[in-house]
Amino acid sequence: MRHLADDALVLYHYHDGDDLETAKRHLASCAECRSRLDAIEEMLKLVVTPSLPERGPGYGSEVWNRIRADLLPELTKRQQSWLTMPRWAWAGVVAVLLVVVFLMGRYSSQRESPKNVATNSNFTTESPSQQVRERVLLLAVGDHLDRSQMLLVELTHASGPGEIDISREQQRAIELTDANRLYRTTAQQVGDTSIVTLLDELERVLLQVGHQPSSITAGELKKVQDSIQSQGILFKVRVVRTNVRNQSAQRPRTKSSQKKGQII
Amino acid sequence: MELDDAAAVARVRAGEKDAFRLLVERHSQTIFRLAFRMMENEQDAEEIVQDTFLRAYRAIDGFESRANFGTWIYRIAVNRCYDLLDQRKSRHEVHSQEQPDGDESDLVEQIPAKDPSPERSLLSSEIEVRVRSAVKQLTAGERTAFVLRHFEGRSVEEIARVLNVREGAAKNRVHRAVQKLRQHLQPLRTFR
Repeated sequence: MRHLADDALVLYHYHDGDDLETAKRHLASCAECRSRLDAIEEMLKLVVTPSLPERGPGYGSEVWNRIRADLLPELTKRQQSWLTMPRWAWAGVVAVLLVVVFLMGRYSSQRESPKNVATNSNFTTESPSQQVRERVLLLAVGDHLDRSQMLLVELTHASGPGEIDISREQQRAIELTDANRLYRTTAQQVGDTSIVTLLDELERVLLQVGHQPSSITAGELKKVQDSIQSQGILFKVRVVRTNVRNQSAQRPRTKSSQKKGQII
Repeated sequence: MELDDAAAVARVRAGEKDAFRLLVERHSQTIFRLAFRMMENEQDAEEIVQDTFLRAYRAIDGFESRANFGTWIYRIAVNRCYDLLDQRKSRHEVHSQEQPDGDESDLVEQIPAKDPSPERSLLSSEIEVRVRSAVKQLTAGERTAFVLRHFEGRSVEEIARVLNVREGAAKNRVHRAVQKLRQHLQPLRTFR
């Protein structure tokens, strides 16, 4: 009879072996292996941790209070990166900026002399003002898609017993819907059809969320989640967000492209 | 609405610090329990808990949204414990030769039956000291694998993932740990 090796016995003890059934059968008929297993188990019973010190339900808050000061520089860095404004305010500023730049671009393109336009066209098919508009649009849309994606992810993962309070999400959806309209109109004027299509679909979902009551049942939430999932909107947002980020990174800054044109 | 971990991580990434508070509150107990089992010392465990969350916060942009935050932070904590144990082990080995060998046979012979008498309590605490000492003989890798398997009830597959080794290697570490413990605790075997 072939006995079980020590490592097989250890694996058996922890129910980890590849062939537990074979080991079990062997142990039932082999007193020697059974005795070796007993010895291992006896020894392992001695190995216990010292009793775990009590940590009450408020322990998490205590930890947070302790690390908060150390996180402060990190938090400040993150907050500064968003200009220390709430995100909805940031969205508003971007939207206003977008309109101003768009109008400025329209105004300046009317004033560009035919000679300048002809010179620029040797190097690029877009006028600098158009490039500015598109770059600003890409940056603004990128941020808008990030915020929309976050909202959709939160809704997709939401759950809870009984009535679920979604007032905060609903408010964000309303704000995002307003911004979405503006970006969609701008994208239409710039002629970016892929962004227009996505924003169109996104708007429908945002409207649906915005029109929900502030407290909904699990069944109603499921309907919203199904709607998000059936349209594949999250996936589409992610894809276009990636494209927008790439385009934004590749697109030359207007000042440098103007300088380049002058030097050449 | 109660945020789940994925949503909380997304908010932290967007600059909402309070969302990280939620993650800290949700996972502190688990990390403390693990750290205490690994380090067997309350102060070290507290240090590990804080350090784990600080590291997680700094690295949160690299966290993959599809992954499980609980597993991710658990892994950070295990690695932190591993590093600390490894450092201490290296330092300890310098002095290891000075450790006196106890006479385990004497100890075993004195263990009385099952009465919770003062003598027995004393001996139990001596056994505990012996066990602690045996656990300390393990390498950082063996100890980590053993704690995760024996105390935390993690599968070999999970241990392999957390330690970033193959399953076979994880199994070996658990086995080596058990063998070493047996060697150190063999004289206590007649306890029962």
